[in-house]
Amino acid sequence: MLLIECPYCGERPEPEFVYGGQAHVARPREPAGVDAEQWTHYLYLRDNARGVHAERWRHAHGCGRFFNALRDTTSDHFLATYKVGEKPPAAAKGSR
Amino acid sequence: MQRFSGLSLLRRGLTGQRGWQPQWRHAEPQAAYDALIVGGGGHGLGTAYYLAREHGLTHIAVLEKGWIGSGNTGRNTTIIRSNYLFPESAALYDHALKLWEGLSQALNYNVMFSQRGVLMLAHTVHDTQVAKRHVHANRAAGVDNEWLTPQQAKAFCPLLNIGDIRYPVLGAALQRRGGTARHDAVAWGYARAADALGVDIIENCEVTGIRRDAAGAVEGVETTRGAIRAPRIGVAAAGHTSVILRMADVELPLESYPLQALVSEPVKPVFPCVVMSNTIHAYISQSDKGELVIGAGTDAYTSYTQRGGPHITSHALEAICELFPMFRRMRMLRCWGGIVDVTPDRSPIIGRTPVPGLYVNCGWGTGGFKATPGSAHVFAWTIARGEPHPLNSPFTLERFRDGNLIDEAAAAAVAH
Repeated sequence: MLLIECPYCGERPEPEFVYGGQAHVARPREPAGVDAEQWTHYLYLRDNARGVHAERWRHAHGCGRFFNALRDTTSDHFLATYKVGEKPPAAAKGSR
Repeated sequence: MQRFSGLSLLRRGLTGQRGWQPQWRHAEPQAAYDALIVGGGGHGLGTAYYLAREHGLTHIAVLEKGWIGSGNTGRNTTIIRSNYLFPESAALYDHALKLWEGLSQALNYNVMFSQRGVLMLAHTVHDTQVAKRHVHANRAAGVDNEWLTPQQAKAFCPLLNIGDIRYPVLGAALQRRGGTARHDAVAWGYARAADALGVDIIENCEVTGIRRDAAGAVEGVETTRGAIRAPRIGVAAAGHTSVILRMADVELPLESYPLQALVSEPVKPVFPCVVMSNTIHAYISQSDKGELVIGAGTDAYTSYTQRGGPHITSHALEAICELFPMFRRMRMLRCWGGIVDVTPDRSPIIGRTPVPGLYVNCGWGTGGFKATPGSAHVFAWTIARGEPHPLNSPFTLERFRDGNLIDEAAAAAVAH
């Protein structure tokens, strides 16, 4: 079971959270001008990174808020958590 | 290849089991092959076998980064069934089931396929409606499936607690042709039969890069044991498929999750079939060794660690204890995780990629073992002919762009 640091509430056990998939996947700003390849990319294609992965979590049984995290998918260690709208912490990126 | 028969087993049994030979060679990688299979699990080894046996491609190799069968082939709960909802899926999985029925004979290797029946429980009105829809769809597609009342379900599986629980059993769908097989034997049987046809099975050989020519077509791979040339490459790397395909700049609609299973201490034969429950989430059978084999759910997050959280396995055990109160004092021996590659529509991808000469067989998610022979058979066809077999032609990579999803999410036996 993971221990996850909510940026608002602090460290809490995993069952309080809901996983929200890959972070920073932006919906096309003008859907009408987007072709099938771009929709496929937005809807279905994911990094599925082996290593550092930027992902969303929601503290569903706590403050209820979404936040982002960097986690190493080869060890499940969290490198950082940060609020929505913030850039991924550069220091944590690429460290293993 | 030393053929097995009742007589050969008896003779060696009477003479101290001497004279057995290794079941396959420890091949060294050659500089070039006609085709390479990346991934030495059941799907990859089976593909090599059918390439050699049915398509005459014998100068080929299977590259496995660990030992064969060390990934999901050796980590699953060995359940085999074909009662999928949509015609495309039912045809593909039933093709596999028919191959399972003759597999031990075809390979001259006992894969211990046992058609003991797969019982899928309904606990709510919604479950009942969905299960009956499956029964009708399957029967219309020529796949056996039947609806049982709670009393009939209990008669089929006497240990089942149908009444005295939070979610009583309201009925069950039974596929009598379903069952289990010995997972390691599937890898070993295919390896042995492929090796006998000349296929090189190269273990401890991890692919680290895919080489391409000026036109973009594949030329070969780089591995931890040197470069190997080949004009055709088939990837059957399960949870690590995204990692391999990224070496050729191919992006896939896959996410890799841990899926856990566990086994109990071995006991006398007590459990006659396979039981699965979607709503309270558990599935269970008993191996011939006597262990109860229990499947849990996937963890919530993507991972490559081959382990998961204990709250996932304890959730499955709580359901088992409700359904089978006599197992409440059983002790669990081992639990482990495998990394499963899940597609958005929960159906596999078997076919070409945008890179010429590169083929992929992936996305089997939480239920690929049951499909092993069928998957390998149609994938070999696809690699040999450069175009899909009719059975895997709907399972393309392009279906996500074109909107032709085969949305089997609701057809999984348990909700992962």
